Amino acid sequence: MAGLAASFGSGAMTNSINEIGKAACIFAIGTNTTANHPIIGRQIDRALRNGTKLIVADPRQIPLCRKAHIWLRLQPGTDVALLKGMMRVILDEKLFDTSFVKERCEDFEAFETSIMEYDLATAAEISGVTAKEIAEAARMYASTSPATILYTMGITQHSHGTDNVRSVANLALVTGNIGKPSTGVNPLRGQNNVQGACDMGALPNVYPGYQKVDDKEVREKFEKAWGCDLNPSPGVTLTEIFEAAHAGKVKALYLMGENPMVTDPDSKFIEKAISRLELFVVQDLFLTDTARLADVVLPAASFAEKDGTFTNTERRVQRVRQAIEPVENARPDWMIICDVARNMDAKGFDFDSPDQIMEEIRSLTPSYGGIKYERLKKSGLQWPCPFPIHPGTPYLYSDRFNTPSGRAQLAPVEYRPSAETASNEYPFILTTRRSIFHYHSVLSRKVPGLNALRGEEHVEINPADAASLEIKDGEVVIVASKRGSVKAKIKITGVVTPGVVSMTFHYGETRTNILTSTALDPIAKIPEFKVCAVKIERKESAYISKDYLRWGTGGK
Amino acid sequence: MTKHVPLTINGVEVRAPEGTTILTAAQDAGIYIPTLCHCPDVSSQGVCRLCLVKIEKRRRLEPSCRTLVEEGMVVVTDDAEIEQLRQVILELILSDHDFNCLLCPKSGNCRLQELVTHIDYNERRFNRFEHVAKELPIDTSNPFFNFNPNKCIHCTICVRTCNEISGTHAIDMAHRGYDLKVSTFANKPLKESVCVSCGECVERCPVGALTPKKVEHPTREVKTTCTHCGVGCGLYLGIRGGAIIRARGDRENPVNQGNLCVRGRYGHEFVDCHERLSFPLVRAYDEYAQASSIVDEVTEKGKPVTAPLVKREGKFVEITWDQAIKYVASTLSHYKGDQFSAISSAKCTNEENYLFQKFVRVVMGTNNIDHCARL
Repeated sequence: MAGLAASFGSGAMTNSINEIGKAACIFAIGTNTTANHPIIGRQIDRALRNGTKLIVADPRQIPLCRKAHIWLRLQPGTDVALLKGMMRVILDEKLFDTSFVKERCEDFEAFETSIMEYDLATAAEISGVTAKEIAEAARMYASTSPATILYTMGITQHSHGTDNVRSVANLALVTGNIGKPSTGVNPLRGQNNVQGACDMGALPNVYPGYQKVDDKEVREKFEKAWGCDLNPSPGVTLTEIFEAAHAGKVKALYLMGENPMVTDPDSKFIEKAISRLELFVVQDLFLTDTARLADVVLPAASFAEKDGTFTNTERRVQRVRQAIEPVENARPDWMIICDVARNMDAKGFDFDSPDQIMEEIRSLTPSYGGIKYERLKKSGLQWPCPFPIHPGTPYLYSDRFNTPSGRAQLAPVEYRPSAETASNEYPFILTTRRSIFHYHSVLSRKVPGLNALRGEEHVEINPADAASLEIKDGEVVIVASKRGSVKAKIKITGVVTPGVVSMTFHYGETRTNILTSTALDPIAKIPEFKVCAVKIERKESAYISKDYLRWGTGGK
Repeated sequence: MTKHVPLTINGVEVRAPEGTTILTAAQDAGIYIPTLCHCPDVSSQGVCRLCLVKIEKRRRLEPSCRTLVEEGMVVVTDDAEIEQLRQVILELILSDHDFNCLLCPKSGNCRLQELVTHIDYNERRFNRFEHVAKELPIDTSNPFFNFNPNKCIHCTICVRTCNEISGTHAIDMAHRGYDLKVSTFANKPLKESVCVSCGECVERCPVGALTPKKVEHPTREVKTTCTHCGVGCGLYLGIRGGAIIRARGDRENPVNQGNLCVRGRYGHEFVDCHERLSFPLVRAYDEYAQASSIVDEVTEKGKPVTAPLVKREGKFVEITWDQAIKYVASTLSHYKGDQFSAISSAKCTNEENYLFQKFVRVVMGTNNIDHCARL
């Protein structure tokens, strides 16, 4: 998100979901759309039936590859090289949109020099994609308009995630594929309300509506509205919170509805950090792996038991309505927060319904200015929606970008290798993925049917690697990195290339994130989930002896 | 603006936009034409032949679901000849159908039942047909729905749905003649096929061939937004007896237009999961907990001892909400400033995230708040 904010002025999907179906060219990079966002995957399908061209860039053979016109099978972590190769072709063959670059972009010269110092052969060598394929993809993307880019974690979850995002943004900018319907740079957000949580200022450096905490004017506005003095220095980010806890700087942690023990990188370190806290409060639906470590656990209500709004990936604010009474003794999170705050003698927490909270949000967040519950009855509204009769904004930047100059920033980007590369000791690159049947680690795991469809971890490995390690399909192996090891079943498949293995991270019993690296992107502070070096060992005890088999599985 | 063409259906002057089928034009004009294999969400295939109509100056009867309107067309949807033909078609379909409405979960909501009341059939002729009871195995492998091929009428709506809506291509028609059936690749059970269990075919099956495992019907529905991913599909939760029993896509919602994936359609069961927390919990070494009378031990599976024992050895104890809120409030007041951190949730609503960051900034006096957007 930080990358997009630097290029365009704000970090969000620039266009809408139903515009994807009308694009003439779709470039899906680092997104397994049909598994993670199936409904957007269907939009791609619809587009393909209407003759849209599809370019997929992914190291794994995801289902979209079968439907793609061009599949760029790059090595994990080499996106910048690939994108720079594509832009080199676009500049060389004069396929870029001169008038758009001239009128609406800045720093083209610096950008051009950075691209020119890099030839196509180098890009091909680093990314492992042939120069011909890169050139073809570049021509297809640049000459088929409108063209849209979809990306997700495959781009962002790297120690150079911001560089990846800026490269993607550069590609859209030079070809003028932004600010028009069915174009744009579209990060498909993961969690149901991750966009909303960002919009609402659940971030260390901004208040609601991305208003900076270190901006004096903004701070004074909030101080006046909230009737108190506010801390002017930005706080620490998620990954830094655990480091601070480990170092003893953070002594109390209040966690609402997350499960970092399973979903955050290097979870052994997280466990250690949590154990050093003096007070750890968790608010959740279930006694998750993280909640088990807490001092106090507060049972919260699920989405079906409360009112409110979610903001989806296309910036659409939609209503959530209470369908049933809270199960057992659970309470909606907003009620719990209000109760705790009132017990600490705080003012400004006397709300009776989420409706009233939205009124306060509206008054302080310019992009949400026109969002009122009575307008959300039939369907949602897409922000920016600054005043009560504004119809919402399906696509951004139609005439200016959100930067101070109103022009987008083309940025020179350097390719940096991932923090960890395969070595003799750890010869495989592990890249994490998601399954269609689960999303994260808690909710979908509590649905028996979904567990029946995919109830355990599978390590995907190429047949060639499996043969050299002499492991069989379905065998339980030990996957180990510098940080720890987990046991999981092997699945031999051509979906991954030799040298690459892939795992999901949904299972508390197989905590893949024990393995993953905490190398952070320096700007966005996103950890490198997509690349870490691992080794695979046979687990001798996994063999069932012939004697045992002869006796059957009943006797002991 | 699309051109509207005039035509006559059953002697009624009708205007329909160019490119629509006779069936749609008739339905828009309020004229009923029976059909089994037509589904407005997918392309028409014209396999059931029940919607045959007479068109003036054409030799044969034409399927109205696949014939486009033309200017000056004169259409008859119902007369003795068509009626007779439809009866025979219906009798043939029925003779091949597992006819046990009393035990069928689709009963009351079945298109075939509906057609029997509209078209009627000749009982004497029907009884002369050879009723070879099919006894194909029922596929119960999928955890969310069953496929009973004995009830299938081969309308191919499920196949078209899988190809055109879901884009999965998990099923197709296999074999020929009497052996014709809907099948996965190599006739594997659904669970072992490439089926993604989105349930779109189950939603559209006109008879009891594809039925959800949960057979109850909801008594009321609540319009809301799905909680599983960032797409934000609109859905209706079906409620019965205070519990969610079904979900269906909201066709008014511009995001999904009625579509749902497996998580959206079947992933709501976690709400009623027996593992849901029922009371606030506190570690037993805290004085509030000792004062509490309700004590329930929560097993801690495989929890490694990595911290001072006094803190981690305590078991969880249930306490009341009043105690919990007071306890949290009084302890938190000792940690104001940058020694406090909060992690908010991308699963919670906007209002809750707003309140939480306000709480952290106003009450705790720090900007140490973040959530999983970085992950």
